[in-house]
Amino acid sequence: MSLISVNNLEKTYNEGETETKALCGVSFNVPEGEFVAVMGPSGSGKSTLLHILGFLDRQTKGSYLFDGKELSEYTDNEVAKVRNEKMGFIFQSFNLLARTSVLENVKLPLLYSTTPQSKWNGLAKKAIEQVGLSHRVNHLTSQLSGGEKQRVAIARALINEPKIIFADEPTGNLDSKSGSDVMEIIEKLNNQGHTIILITHETYTAQYAQRIITLRDGKIETDENVKNRRKGKDDFLK
Amino acid sequence: MTFKNSLKTAVKGLRANKSRSALTILGIVIGITSIILIMSLGKGAQELILNQVRGLGSATIIIEPGREAQGPSDFGSLFTDSLKDREVEALSKLSNAPGIEDLTPMVVLSTTVAFENEVDSFMILGASPLVAEIVDVYPEFGQFFTDEQVQQLSAVAVIGSEVKEKLFGPSEALNQNIKIKNKVFKVIGISPKKGQVGMLDVDNSIIVPYTTALKYLSGMNYYHQILVKAKSEQIVPQTVEDIKATLRELHNITDPKKDDFQVATQEDIAKRVGTVTSVLTIFLAAIAAISLVVGGIGIMNIMLVSVTERTREIGLRKALGATTKNILTQFLMESIILTLLGGLVGIILGISDSFIASLILTKALGSNWQFTISIQAILLGLGVSAFVGVVFGLYPAQQASKKSPIEALRYE
Repeated sequence: MSLISVNNLEKTYNEGETETKALCGVSFNVPEGEFVAVMGPSGSGKSTLLHILGFLDRQTKGSYLFDGKELSEYTDNEVAKVRNEKMGFIFQSFNLLARTSVLENVKLPLLYSTTPQSKWNGLAKKAIEQVGLSHRVNHLTSQLSGGEKQRVAIARALINEPKIIFADEPTGNLDSKSGSDVMEIIEKLNNQGHTIILITHETYTAQYAQRIITLRDGKIETDENVKNRRKGKDDFLK
Repeated sequence: MTFKNSLKTAVKGLRANKSRSALTILGIVIGITSIILIMSLGKGAQELILNQVRGLGSATIIIEPGREAQGPSDFGSLFTDSLKDREVEALSKLSNAPGIEDLTPMVVLSTTVAFENEVDSFMILGASPLVAEIVDVYPEFGQFFTDEQVQQLSAVAVIGSEVKEKLFGPSEALNQNIKIKNKVFKVIGISPKKGQVGMLDVDNSIIVPYTTALKYLSGMNYYHQILVKAKSEQIVPQTVEDIKATLRELHNITDPKKDDFQVATQEDIAKRVGTVTSVLTIFLAAIAAISLVVGGIGIMNIMLVSVTERTREIGLRKALGATTKNILTQFLMESIILTLLGGLVGIILGISDSFIASLILTKALGSNWQFTISIQAILLGLGVSAFVGVVFGLYPAQQASKKSPIEALRYE
């Protein structure tokens, strides 16, 4: 069974008199463990799609089954619970809490979970280790470089062992060296079994994925598997 | 999310803006400080006046002419001449009011008093020697006049300590002649410093025999008051009834509503004073409470700014699994912590201010002003500040919790 099953998904924004169709009939499935990149120029609807897939927004029409259950059947509290337990988010602008340590930032999702507090530090340290920032545990986020910040955000995304991780332009604010580090970690997470949905407009980054979905004007233009998948730091630095 | 963690999160949020948080609570601090201060001063004033009233002694009964006003157009002083010698005689008869041990008619007037070139205005009390016992003032120098001197209409006077100070200064006053309203009186006693006793400013008064006062000073044939000393405190209620019955019979009054006199015990007066000061205190505290509303609006204002500023944080928390309720709790908790903190500081400041005020007032009034802080005032302070936090924190917290995560994350 697919983890994500989208059928004829539509999203319309009403701003005053004008209706904007951000998504008009998108359908695809993502099986568990797959690494999918969603590409498209700005305004193509890729962010809207990610928001709906990530339970941050709801569709206007069509169906979206996550883990076998239709999104519209989830209550607001259940939506928050799914976001907390089954999903991890990585944003282009990191979205870390300022004036707060790396450890505290990574622990943030646990605050809203049912995980007993005695386990919080252990889990957080393990996640920080996975992104290779063990030497920075007690640093404030403002003391970190961009790449390090994004790795903190990744540690935060994976602390609750989510089924799926959504990455919205994770390398968009990074230099190519840091970008390749981040992509390497995301690839590693996929190898560990996490499903990944990556939004990007760089073909280069997208080629880390197994499959690329291209959107244009709210519709799927292409949906194909990647033939020469990029591995590790291979060629990133050119 | 546990309560402890919500609290921690809220405290972290406030710590991020320490000086702003401190300034925000200032309004609450001032409001609570003034409420505590006013309540403490009100209580102190009440105690002070009550102590003076109690100074009359619990067996004292006061009879005054006239009746209590029944409405705004009703003149209470309609029968100001209803207490004369006839009434005094009737009350003195043991068969009429067996509970009365002794009584004194009182003539009260204010007039000019002169010694050589010194002229000043003082309160003159015409009374019998019983007044010394009731007010508990015995001359420090010389002596009080006797019942014989009262009967003989002697022109003798016992002066208060302030009177002595103002008329004679450091020179000897005893056995000197003073002129009260052109009648010469001999000073035979000087009272020690006493302060207020039941509305009487003993220090600024001159006590003379009531007979002399009636004839030479007031020129009237009625008394302003009759002070009665009952045989014991227990017998006071019965004696009050006996006095009323005697006077009604004398005046042919059958309907108690038409009484042309009033009988009050020390306890009645204390009750009246208590009511007046309590109402005043509540009134003033209510005015002070307005500043709490202003303080609350200040908190709401800052919380709204904070919510806007932290839009991204709210979006992030929601994306990471925070429910609407989590966010609401976090921001509401911040408001409540702010106001409670303000309340706490206000209580501490209010108590210390009250203490300082009691020291100053003791000095200024020359009487012992008691420093009192009631637990009610403290609980009220805490309760009100928490309430302000909830009321004015709810709207910003709702605004925060309603933010959609994508709008919030997109916010720059």
